[in-house]
Amino acid sequence: MPDAFEPKIVAFFCNWCTYLAADLAGTSRLKYAPNVRTVRVMCSGRVDPQFVLEAFAQGADGVLIGGCHPGDCHYQEGNYKALRRYELLRRLLNQMGIENERFRLEWISAAEGERVKAVVNDMVEKVRALGPLVIREHEEVA
Amino acid sequence: MKPRIAFYWCASCGGCEEAVVDLDEALLDVANAVEIVFWPVALDFKRKDIEALPDGSILAGFINGAIRNSEQREMVELLRAKARVIVAFGICAQLGGIPGLANLSDAKDILAEVYRDGVSPQVRYSDNGRTLNLPAFYDTVKTLDAVIDVDYYVPGCPPTPNIIGDAVNALLGADLPPKGAVLAPDKALCEECPRKDTRPEKLLVKEFKRVHQILPDQETCLLAQGLVCLGAATRSGCDARCIRGNMPCTGCFGPTSRVRDFGAKALSAIASVADCNEESSVAQVMDALPDPVGTFCRYSLPSALLNRRRME
Repeated sequence: MPDAFEPKIVAFFCNWCTYLAADLAGTSRLKYAPNVRTVRVMCSGRVDPQFVLEAFAQGADGVLIGGCHPGDCHYQEGNYKALRRYELLRRLLNQMGIENERFRLEWISAAEGERVKAVVNDMVEKVRALGPLVIREHEEVA
Repeated sequence: MKPRIAFYWCASCGGCEEAVVDLDEALLDVANAVEIVFWPVALDFKRKDIEALPDGSILAGFINGAIRNSEQREMVELLRAKARVIVAFGICAQLGGIPGLANLSDAKDILAEVYRDGVSPQVRYSDNGRTLNLPAFYDTVKTLDAVIDVDYYVPGCPPTPNIIGDAVNALLGADLPPKGAVLAPDKALCEECPRKDTRPEKLLVKEFKRVHQILPDQETCLLAQGLVCLGAATRSGCDARCIRGNMPCTGCFGPTSRVRDFGAKALSAIASVADCNEESSVAQVMDALPDPVGTFCRYSLPSALLNRRRME
């Protein structure tokens, strides 16, 4: 029997909120799916769309961005920029055949360890249901 | 002996060939200074003429167009063997260009669309012991450097006369540019834009417009007027010709050297200036851009980090 599919999720977490929330989840001994590879960034606004595309190109089945709630950005408006880029990039990814469930932006404050657990578990299950992201399965290479 | 030059075209529209002819009298100077050994669009040479030349005996091969079938691949591999320098000429050879948007589809769907219920071309056909071979049509359009080693890039759709002139001079000069160089200025188009001074300090756009929806003012920054102008993400060197024609930049000179994926950076630049913060209003503003791939990856899809639509 083939090995069961375990989704690989790359998560870009803001240093000031979601990363601390993930830390809190850890110190609170909350258990959540181990499918997430976390990359700490200083702000969700630092997440260049190139990072997201690179993650998908290198085999991620999903990409999660975690930032501060609206109004709470450490740099005033980085999360708003993240939101605008996310909304446009999500549409571009749709055109490339990548479903909405594979690309997610969530606002998670430093106090919301439970929410990290809930979001990660939910995303892992949704991506698991979609199956692996294979871009060029049937390509004929001549 | 004059240095030998070859020109070839792959998946392209012919505009790059036109750009060479548009050198006008300067073309005669070039033709006097070099021996043109191959140029299918203009002169009658055959593939066997190139095959007969010793390896490395051509100074430079200028190749335009993307690679989308096996014949193009064979021809550029042949030219690579014969030429000491290969120049990817024009944005299709450099990044894939307009033909690269076919990567939103695949060979099966394209052939079905074009030939409908008619006779579909076969790669190999045999009849009465005779065999006919046709080039294989690829699922994915490729950049030139995905197929052969490329020494220099001349961007543009097509490259402008001043860019071509500078490139030729660079190649004929004593000091060759570093291998892999894009032979155009390495700064953004906004830097040389004639409307640069009208660009607000903090540029915010309430609503994106498409070119058929407004009559843009002829003096003011086009992005500030809501048109999706990609000058901020695009390499300069074109002398802002589209802007001077009151049309926004669509990115045909590709990115500057610091950028890996043009479409991603162009998308990032445009999204950042949208003047909206609520989730519902952001979605509404972005609805005005119904085709992000066609807008931001118009010339660059085969070079992108994700360079094709996911195949079913």
